[in-house]
Amino acid sequence: MSNSNNDNHDSYWRANIKLVLMCLVVWFVVSFGFGVLLVDQLNTIRLGGFKLGFWFAQQGSIYTFLALIFFYVHQMNKLDKKYNVHD
Amino acid sequence: MELQTLTFLFVGISFAVYIGIAIWAKAGTTGEFYVAGGGVKPVFNGMATAADWMSAASFISMAGLIAFLGYDASVYLMGWTGGYVLLAMLLAPYLRKYGKFTVPEFIGERYYSQTARIVAVICLIFISFTYIAGQMRGVGIVFSRFLEVDIITGLMIGMAIVFVYAVLGGMKGITYTQVAQYCVLIFAYTVPAVFISLQITGNPLPQIGFGSTLAADPSTYMLDKLDQVVTDLGFTAYTDGTQTTTNLFFLTMALMAGTAGLPHVIVRFFTVPKVSDARKSAGYALLFIALLYTVAPAVGSMARFNLINTINGEDVTGTEYTKMPSWFKTWENSGLLAWYDHNGDGKIQYAKGNPLEGKKPVFAEERGQYGEKVVTNPGKGEVAAGAPFANEVYVDRDIMVLANPEIAGLPAWVIALIAAGGIAAALSTAAGLLLVISAAISHDLLKSTFAPEISEKQELMYGRIAITVAILIAGYLGANPPGWVAETVAMAFGLAASSLFPVILLGIFSKRVNRKGAIAGMLTGLIFTFCYIVYFKGVFFEPIGVNAPENWLFGITPQAIGGLGMVFNFVVALTVSHLTEEPPQEVQEMVASLRIPRGAASATAH
Repeated sequence: MSNSNNDNHDSYWRANIKLVLMCLVVWFVVSFGFGVLLVDQLNTIRLGGFKLGFWFAQQGSIYTFLALIFFYVHQMNKLDKKYNVHD
Repeated sequence: MELQTLTFLFVGISFAVYIGIAIWAKAGTTGEFYVAGGGVKPVFNGMATAADWMSAASFISMAGLIAFLGYDASVYLMGWTGGYVLLAMLLAPYLRKYGKFTVPEFIGERYYSQTARIVAVICLIFISFTYIAGQMRGVGIVFSRFLEVDIITGLMIGMAIVFVYAVLGGMKGITYTQVAQYCVLIFAYTVPAVFISLQITGNPLPQIGFGSTLAADPSTYMLDKLDQVVTDLGFTAYTDGTQTTTNLFFLTMALMAGTAGLPHVIVRFFTVPKVSDARKSAGYALLFIALLYTVAPAVGSMARFNLINTINGEDVTGTEYTKMPSWFKTWENSGLLAWYDHNGDGKIQYAKGNPLEGKKPVFAEERGQYGEKVVTNPGKGEVAAGAPFANEVYVDRDIMVLANPEIAGLPAWVIALIAAGGIAAALSTAAGLLLVISAAISHDLLKSTFAPEISEKQELMYGRIAITVAILIAGYLGANPPGWVAETVAMAFGLAASSLFPVILLGIFSKRVNRKGAIAGMLTGLIFTFCYIVYFKGVFFEPIGVNAPENWLFGITPQAIGGLGMVFNFVVALTVSHLTEEPPQEVQEMVASLRIPRGAASATAH
């Protein structure tokens, strides 16, 4: 394996870590944040018939998780191509 | 047609489909047997993963849990779906790139240690059998209630079906059967939910329905009404919690990491052709799971609403036993509902408080004056704080999904559908678990440790024998459920979170974590979590400590302790690794290659 190849792999890995960390921040905020830690504060806000904190805990977090994974898949496919490591 | 006939018809057709698929998908090689030859399309793998993951507990028990716990049950919804984010981003693609057959195999190779591999096998077998006992129990409940055969006969039929497609088809048979089972179970779950949502709120989408206004009273939101009804009866408001924030936090963490660390879920990602497919497939899996998991809280809240209104009636004074709809009596016959007339008015009243002395009702042989089953262990009939009257009804949470269509008065074919769906959910999960057990025995223990000289053909045969033995043990556990099943399910998640998840994660994201660190970390997480649960819950013997909030470490329940065990595992593994030598060069190169998608051949034996 040449050095330039290793460098390329290293920058691919760094970009990957950055993306994953970003996604995990959102993951943490909607579930642990909105659904657990801040639930009482958010419950003072209404979303139709739902209290907002309750809605995040039972619905919103799940929708966000889904969107996150598909966003991650899309971004990773772009990274794979950019660094020419796709399978 | 009669409910009985319809149920036989639906369950019979679904069984015929499963067996047909098994014959079509017979496995010929170990690759096909362990990982379906690595050629499963991401969408199908997503469906199979969803069916694999959604067990009898998800299908039968979860909505009931939500119905009675309200907001507190949110941790299960977030925990069991949020784990897929971890799986998709932190584990699945890399383990797919690794491209072998089992989770212990990865741990053994990454930490260049046969000991680590065997510790992983032990965790895996313990976790998986705990689960299977619950599945088989689920099959038994559904059969005995809907087909009116006894639990043992029901179990035998279930075991025979799993035997045919798991032993013949291995992972290939299981995968395609799970696709079919997913379709059955999601249809069975959502159809009644749509009907009930329409009935109560006029909105056909249950996810939106439970946040809508009542069809009977368009000025009031369903959840507000429910909050009011339950607080009037002395309960905590449905949308409020009773648990401490610390505990909810650790429980969510244990459930998420536990989900990502469950071997039978991880192994599903070994079956897709490419690394990018593994990521995509995790997304599809969550999509298919979310279809059920976003409906479940709607089902839970509406079931609670219907149950209370049917029992207490319009004027909240109770309904006379003789005027209750027939479902009450059918479920009373199965022992999952019970009534004791504390105030002697012949009416059934439901409020906060335990109607019984002890947890489960004990019935006398004869019937009471209204024809009810006589409860011989009634409580004192005290009125709980904030309740208008003493609670007279015992409701087993597990009946909420099964009885829901009957409570709502839906047609017989919808009720029959629920039976087929419940069985599909239980069988699909049981099959996935049986396969990882068999792979751990034939591949990790026999082929790699004790009998490396066996040929592929022999390994395949041992795999089939192992699955057969595992089915028999699972059937036995289903027929004679040990008293500790409920306790050990919490333990399975706690152990997966505190033992397997951290070492797999570190194995990919750190080149520095070595054998000593991994073994020390795994053992710390495992022993700490195991001892904490056993100390408070007891498993094979009486608990040592009193299971009460003042005794818990930081107020964390035994169920949630896996979250803390996981933190300890990470800390110990990293510290020990940094104090000892680096892993060998070839292991560091292996980690480097895991991180690059290119070059993922389909899963191979060597």
